[in-house]
Amino acid sequence: MNTSGPVAPIPTPEFGVEIGRGRVRFVLARLRLMWRSFRNGWGIFMESRMGRLSLFTIIAFALMAAAHPILMAFVWDPATYDPVTGYSFDQVEQPAPPSWKHPLGTDPLGRDVLSQLLFSTRSEFVLGITAALVTVGIATFVGAVAAYYGRLVDSFFMRLADLIIALPAISLLIVLSALFHLNLFYLALIIGVLGGFGGTAIILKSQALSIKVKPFIEAARVAGGGDFHIIFVHIIPHLLPLALLYMMFTVTSAIFAEAVLSFLGLLDLRMSWGIMIHTANTGGYLLGGTRYWWLIVPAGASITLLCSAFYLAGRALDEVVNPRLRQRND
Amino acid sequence: MTGYLVRRTGQMVLTLFLIITFTFFLVQAQPGDYASFYVLNPDLPPEVKDQIRTAFGLDKPVWQQYLIHLKNTFTGNLGVSFGNFPRPVLDVLAERVPRTLVLFLTATAVSFYIGFFLGKAIAWRRGGLFEYAATISGAMLFTAFTPAFALMMIWAFAFKLGWFPVGKFLDPLVWRGADVSANYVFGNMLLSAAAFITFALLVMLCLKRFGRRVPSVVAFPVVLGGALVIVAVWALSGIGGLALDIVKHMVLPVATLTLISFAGTMLLTRNSMLETIREDYVMAARAKGLPDKQVRDRHAARNAMLPIVTSLVYSLIFAIDGSVIIESVFSWPGTGLTLLQAVRSEDLPLVMGAMLFIGTLSLLAHVIVDVLYVYLDPRIRYQ
Repeated sequence: MNTSGPVAPIPTPEFGVEIGRGRVRFVLARLRLMWRSFRNGWGIFMESRMGRLSLFTIIAFALMAAAHPILMAFVWDPATYDPVTGYSFDQVEQPAPPSWKHPLGTDPLGRDVLSQLLFSTRSEFVLGITAALVTVGIATFVGAVAAYYGRLVDSFFMRLADLIIALPAISLLIVLSALFHLNLFYLALIIGVLGGFGGTAIILKSQALSIKVKPFIEAARVAGGGDFHIIFVHIIPHLLPLALLYMMFTVTSAIFAEAVLSFLGLLDLRMSWGIMIHTANTGGYLLGGTRYWWLIVPAGASITLLCSAFYLAGRALDEVVNPRLRQRND
Repeated sequence: MTGYLVRRTGQMVLTLFLIITFTFFLVQAQPGDYASFYVLNPDLPPEVKDQIRTAFGLDKPVWQQYLIHLKNTFTGNLGVSFGNFPRPVLDVLAERVPRTLVLFLTATAVSFYIGFFLGKAIAWRRGGLFEYAATISGAMLFTAFTPAFALMMIWAFAFKLGWFPVGKFLDPLVWRGADVSANYVFGNMLLSAAAFITFALLVMLCLKRFGRRVPSVVAFPVVLGGALVIVAVWALSGIGGLALDIVKHMVLPVATLTLISFAGTMLLTRNSMLETIREDYVMAARAKGLPDKQVRDRHAARNAMLPIVTSLVYSLIFAIDGSVIIESVFSWPGTGLTLLQAVRSEDLPLVMGAMLFIGTLSLLAHVIVDVLYVYLDPRIRYQ
């Protein structure tokens, strides 16, 4: 313990722990590699018609979401155009058909439909992306840990996933909405947790299993890497492309679940596409068919379009992540 | 096989136990409890509130409540529904469960058959206009917003064309003078449907016994004759009109549920067939000079079926969730609508009962699919 004199620093064999210039160079090299694989993947993604179409739709909806605060601040008068509390005094009869002042008409309570549509777009994105991030965060971690440790950890998480898959999600969410006040954030969290411990975890685990047996994992272990180092630095980065793919599918199911629950009137939200249809339905306007089309078509089409856009984006990403699919389509 | 069945059933019971535990602690975790339905009434004096709490057993410690809850659930005592006050939950559910099961089973069977048939056909003849149309319309139906789609079906077929009633289970005008209950008629309808299916299966089994060479020309009239006998019995029984009324109300929900759920099976069958077609044994079958239809149905489709059966679990869950939505849109008084109404009126015992049933149904479906898979794939042998 009382050795004197300078002790030579023991060089750490682990890659990426050097400090200073080496570390920076390592990070830069890694970034360059990531950029290159991203560019490759992007090329494949944009080659498929599905990919281009879905990306275009998602960007269009994102622009819609961004347009609402701008319009409210500069163009629209909040007393008339507020999506929840507005009332258009200029119309004699509510719901009013589309006109120049209200491009998509007004709803039975005299509120502007276009404003509601744009306002809801933002919350759909927030919901979908939160749920997807939670799902993927949990599923990647669970998948990697279950594949790496195997045995008891593995069978525990896989039985849990089996149990969650066997439960019908919409019915469970209906029950939860009876017991708790579900707002957007809790809904996203619940959908995320259900997805993360459910089917997505199984898929990511099987991917992690195939990575676990690769030689570089062995090399990392021989070089002295700990369990956590191997899981986080060597396994999880290889799961991320597949995780991104399942993010897309989670967004679809989250938006769908929100729309169904709002349609049934079970959520504590200010406005959403599902609530717009719910309002029209409880007012009895839906059996008017094409006469009151602006009450159902914009919201219904938005749900279908955004859901299928994320779904198709997922399918196009599948071709990027899964080279086998690409060859078959040639 | 028997060992596997026993083990799988054991697992199911364990999972069911977990679900009951989960729902019990969910109720514990929420703000308020069973008694809050009554206790929130501001007119009640405090001592009455205490009495109500004691009557619900809420003064006991949680673990004791849990054990009582478990005992009650497994002995079939699900409590009394607040919304339908004197009726026990089990009684309410017993009335609604067959209605859901009919909706769910019919739609699942029909959509699986249509999906498998179409998927097989479009994979076999790739690149045609038919494939394009089927894929696009299938994908659209699959991603359509279910409630909006169901409402559109109501608008088109019930409101505009007037072919079917708008919703509900029966038409009160038809039933006004009837001296039998709806449950009695419906129960008998279920019995005759079960009898017919058993008869058809028996005919098929006999055919298999006598070899494949017996043409379907013989089998078809026999099955049709059986159906005609059942229809004739109903027509003569005097309650045939009432049964017809229920059937009329059933057509539209079943058709809607079928339409939204067949596309998944169809697209999957197509993908799976496309992979199977490239296998060597399909080429061998063709080289032997077998007829095209036989290669498709007996060699390619049989093997393409395996991944579809695996994913049947997902489509069953999809159909269970779908039937909750469909029931609420069509006001079809099944378990899904019961669940929803119970949720809206904070009728907690009924919520728990309905959820328990839906959970059991999906678990059962899961087990049945697993067993089916073992039967279909001889390579898999469970000990």
